Amino acid sequence: MRTPIAYFLLLSGILFALGTVGVLTRRSALLIFMSIELQLNAVNLTLVAFSRMWNELDGQVLAFFSMVVAAAEVVVGLAIIVALFRRRGTIDVDDATELRW
Amino acid sequence: MPLDDIVFWVFAPVSVASAIGMLMMRNAIYAALFLIVNFFCLAVMYLLLDAAFLFAVQIVVYAGAIMVLFLFVIMLLGIDRGDTIRDRLSWQRGLVYVLAAGFVVELFVALRAGIGFATHAPEGFAAVNEPSNTQAVAKVLFEDYFFPFEVTSVLLIVASIAAMVLAQRKARSITQAEIDAAGAGTREDEEVPA
Repeated sequence: MRTPIAYFLLLSGILFALGTVGVLTRRSALLIFMSIELQLNAVNLTLVAFSRMWNELDGQVLAFFSMVVAAAEVVVGLAIIVALFRRRGTIDVDDATELRW
Repeated sequence: MPLDDIVFWVFAPVSVASAIGMLMMRNAIYAALFLIVNFFCLAVMYLLLDAAFLFAVQIVVYAGAIMVLFLFVIMLLGIDRGDTIRDRLSWQRGLVYVLAAGFVVELFVALRAGIGFATHAPEGFAAVNEPSNTQAVAKVLFEDYFFPFEVTSVLLIVASIAAMVLAQRKARSITQAEIDAAGAGTREDEEVPA
């Protein structure tokens, strides 16, 4: 294990920033959702890197939980996107301006 | 050059490039494929950080299950036309790039001032990972984090029920007026057009 920990943290920061750019610039709900996945993964990398840095396994367990929650979130989020597409025929988030039906 | 460094410097640029590729693609399918590449690169990073169990979980859950779900939905909805052309957020777009670059620079400075770029991970992680990473993680998971782990099962059940409820097609209930209008005996169950 010779690569400095800070490189992993910087990589994770870059990926998180790219995910943020995706969330803020894309208009397709699916692509925004993918960018959120990218952000979640970037944070997972941070958790694992810190787990390695402090010689503790808690970070890895937390990353594991984060993956479980992400899986549940993807299921619900994609179902919402499918429902939105059925209702409106588009998944452009600029068009979805109302919460009711 | 140590092997760890070589692997890192091969996969880190690939992961950043695939993330940028995902942002640039107009076609949702290509974006999803780029994201799969990115997830594989992150799995390799986990391996470099001595987290072999998360390496496997990352590939099985993210690159496997979650991205297949994404591709399923993309193909189900038939959204391969990409984003719409019109742009209502033209000036915010530049601001986003500035803020993202600022975030990375800020993180760079913070890391430099904090742990520094020469700090290597301490030795002795092999002792933590005794006898293997999977067994060590399981020990922590089922002893210290047993209750959260059980709560997770509730979360998964609630999520799958929610997905079924949200994604089903609702049959519209038929009013008495429609029955009268259709005439006795000739009424047909109507489906809501999708």
